[in-house]
Amino acid sequence: MEDALLLARAQFGLNIGFHIMFPTLTIALAWYLLGFRIAYQRTGDAAWLATFKLWLKVFALTFAMGVVTGVTMSFQFGTNWPRYMTTVGAIAGPLLSYEVLTAFFLEATFLGIMLFGMSRVPNWVHIASCAVVAFGTTVSAFWILALNSWMHTPAGHVFADGQWIAADWLAVIFNPSFPYRLAHMLIASGLTASFVVAGLSAWRLLWAPFDTSAGKTLRAGLMVAAALVPVQIFVGDQHGLNTLEHQPAKIAAIEALWQTERGAPLVLFAIPNEVTKRNDYSIELPYGASLILKHDQRAEIRGIESFGEDRPAVAPLFFGFRIMVGIGVAMLLVSWVGTWATRGKRAAPRWMLWVLAAFTFSGWVATLAGWIVTEVGRQPWLVTGVLRTKDAVGQATGAQLGASLTGYILTYATLFIAYMIVLTHMAGKGSTPDDDPPAASGEAAVTVARAAG
Amino acid sequence: MDLAIVFMFLMGASILAYVLLDGYDLGVGMLMPAATDDEQSIMVASIGPFWDANETWLVLGIGILLAAFPRAHGVVLGALYLPVVAMLVGLMLRGVAFELRVKAQGWHRELWNWLFWAGSFIASFFQGVMLGRYITGFEPGFFYWVFALLVGASLCGGYVLLGATWLILKTEGDLQKKAVAWTRWGLLWVGLGVALVSLATPLVSETVRYKWFDFPRTLWLMFLPLASIGAGWWLWRSTSALKRGAKDLDARPFGAAALIFTIAFLGLAYSIYPYVVIDRLTIWDAAAHPSALKALFIGSVVVLPFIVAYTILSYRVFRGKARAKLYD
Ligand code: HDD
Ligand code: HEM
Ligand code: HEM
Repeated sequence: MEDALLLARAQFGLNIGFHIMFPTLTIALAWYLLGFRIAYQRTGDAAWLATFKLWLKVFALTFAMGVVTGVTMSFQFGTNWPRYMTTVGAIAGPLLSYEVLTAFFLEATFLGIMLFGMSRVPNWVHIASCAVVAFGTTVSAFWILALNSWMHTPAGHVFADGQWIAADWLAVIFNPSFPYRLAHMLIASGLTASFVVAGLSAWRLLWAPFDTSAGKTLRAGLMVAAALVPVQIFVGDQHGLNTLEHQPAKIAAIEALWQTERGAPLVLFAIPNEVTKRNDYSIELPYGASLILKHDQRAEIRGIESFGEDRPAVAPLFFGFRIMVGIGVAMLLVSWVGTWATRGKRAAPRWMLWVLAAFTFSGWVATLAGWIVTEVGRQPWLVTGVLRTKDAVGQATGAQLGASLTGYILTYATLFIAYMIVLTHMAGKGSTPDDDPPAASGEAAVTVARAAG
Repeated sequence: MDLAIVFMFLMGASILAYVLLDGYDLGVGMLMPAATDDEQSIMVASIGPFWDANETWLVLGIGILLAAFPRAHGVVLGALYLPVVAMLVGLMLRGVAFELRVKAQGWHRELWNWLFWAGSFIASFFQGVMLGRYITGFEPGFFYWVFALLVGASLCGGYVLLGATWLILKTEGDLQKKAVAWTRWGLLWVGLGVALVSLATPLVSETVRYKWFDFPRTLWLMFLPLASIGAGWWLWRSTSALKRGAKDLDARPFGAAALIFTIAFLGLAYSIYPYVVIDRLTIWDAAAHPSALKALFIGSVVVLPFIVAYTILSYRVFRGKARAKLYD
């Protein structure tokens, strides 16, 4: 049973962790594409069209990865957590269905027009389709994060007829952590996409310094990132304060504070030791945690031990959080220096291009680290105070789980390697004129004749 | 109003929509090896704008099962664990291969073509296996599994038929001629499969046998098999006419194939009703709490008309024959 639980958790974590990489990119990339498309419409500049077409391909590929891994997710609740659906299904079910109804069909249908319809529909319809796709991805994030936030900070539910049902849907959806999580996640998406756009453009400029399209996208990515990072840091701080109120054990683990104390220090680095229940090799800033969390250096912070058994593992939270915040601070530095270095119409210096290329996928790392903090921090609960993870596991046997886990790992590894190769290849090739002559790129009538003949 | 019944209909409708829509694009995927390089590009282009939205009907069907019949969702997907995983792996491979084959060259392209075919085939086959396991109430035992494999093979034939008729609709010239021939093979395959499955089902399930062989109801029910034979004949005739070079018949084979599927689906629905898990859970046993059903109902009534409307819009935008090039 223990094994099955562990495998079920590993499998779910692997699947959602793999899935989320692609939404994180597509949500914001869809808005970028809308911007590129509108820029082309307004200026008629062929470089914008080439830009749009190049990133449209990146988007299509990423979106496909998001869809196929997402379809897998929608089966996971039933296969891995059947008790989840019988206890809180009356709340989770409708939220998941609203996501399908209001977001998935919208995205998937208008994606067709966005990708392949440019020459078949009037410009405004094409632009509207790009807008609808972007809107759809964001709505999708809205619903799934409403559900996920409800699992962290449940509200608006009552126990009736042997299960939990919604007494007040608005309270369920706009539960205490939802606004923070939605804002934090959408900005995380914005940052991830910005660094991918800027990073791949930098990669291209390293080989082809005069690619005008890559120059434009480099600047766009840098500027959006520079604007978003400070907002993200602020939102993250507020998110943390809110969590302190509703899930204090999570914060205690993030800060690696074992004992309740007044004037708690900020642990900068340590190796949390679950056996001795203290930190090894720690470097601390006196009064730091009390100051940051309560804005009062003498304030009391509850320690991990005071939560007894109902607390998460410390190390993943402690390190996950520091990875996320570390990347956040580094992103601030890179995006501001980068924006400054490219001010006016200045070309970015080569070292800057190398730094940006190195930061291409930093958003993924921060996002995954953030999710691990959030989700592991909820343990041992699946729904805080309502349902424990170990009580939700299904009847799938260890052998079944092991076999399917192996299948997923092999498939994901294959898909991911292929995805990365194609992505870097496309970016490296860029959208140079001889590859994609603007005059012939509007899915011209020529191709029709060729296909028909 | 009995919302459990309403959602049974909605779930049925979205599964049928899924089978008809993703069925044709899976079928096109399975037909890939039979075509030349250039033809393959056209075939892929004919499903490009649609496959993603088609797959969403599966997500909706599963979503309704999850939200409206949560107890059944756990039982059904738990019992179908491995075929579901296999199907998902198939869907993943083909979805991504679809994108990658456009961007790759040389042997890479060959590899993705092959994976696109394999993924389509695996997904179709295991959907059939799931169906076969489902009809028999997940009974263990050798013959039940043979039956499930048989259903898997038949469903592949069915999807090939849908795919081939879709190609008749969306292509012209040599490729269309080939599609006519594929349609005929597909129809034979389906006819054989449906006959075997129809004969075997009453043998493996007592509940089903009772429902079909209960005079005088049986006489009325004979309408269903007769209608599907009629639709099959109509389909065969239209392919003969196409072979002779008839015009304006491009849409008919697909319509007839869809009709065959719909009839088979109705027969199946009749066999199973009022169960969601045969002999174990009726739709009322499995239904979610009324508060959840109500919330779902409101959302579905408001949103589904829009979904249908813009789905039609997208098919209108991409009406006519497919072109070889997808992007630029
Ligand atoms: C913050 C955003 C977010 C999160 C946390 C999740 N998803 Fe997701 N999902 C999306 C954002 C998204 C998206 C942006 O809407 C996707 C990704 C890329 C895409 O193609 O659509 C998508 C695709 C997608 C699809 C395919 C949709 C289609 O057919 O078009 C399904 C079925 C799911 N997801 C299901 C899930 C489930 C069951 C999740 C949780 C357990 C989940 N997703 C987490
Ligand atoms: C999108 C990014 C997400 C990531 C990266 C993520 C990651 C994880 C991880 C790593 C676990 C395992 C934790 C552990 O076992 O210690 C987990 C558990 C879980 N999460 Fe998430 N999660 C995400 C979003 C969601 C969402 C949106 C939902 C539901 C709506 C959700 C529902 C669950 C459930 C049901 C479990 C199972 C319980 C468990 O394994 O502990 N997650 N997630
Ligand atoms: C630099 C300052 C940052 C702070 C103070 C901060 C704070 C936090 C906190 C406290 C949580 C956990 C909330 C909870 O579980 O209750 C969290 C989660 C998360 N963080 Fe950050 N964060 C920062 C930067 C970033 C960056 C740069 C990214 C990504 C680009 C990011 C992505 C995420 C994600 C995806 C989650 C999980 C979802 C959620 O709970 O919102 N964070 N963050």
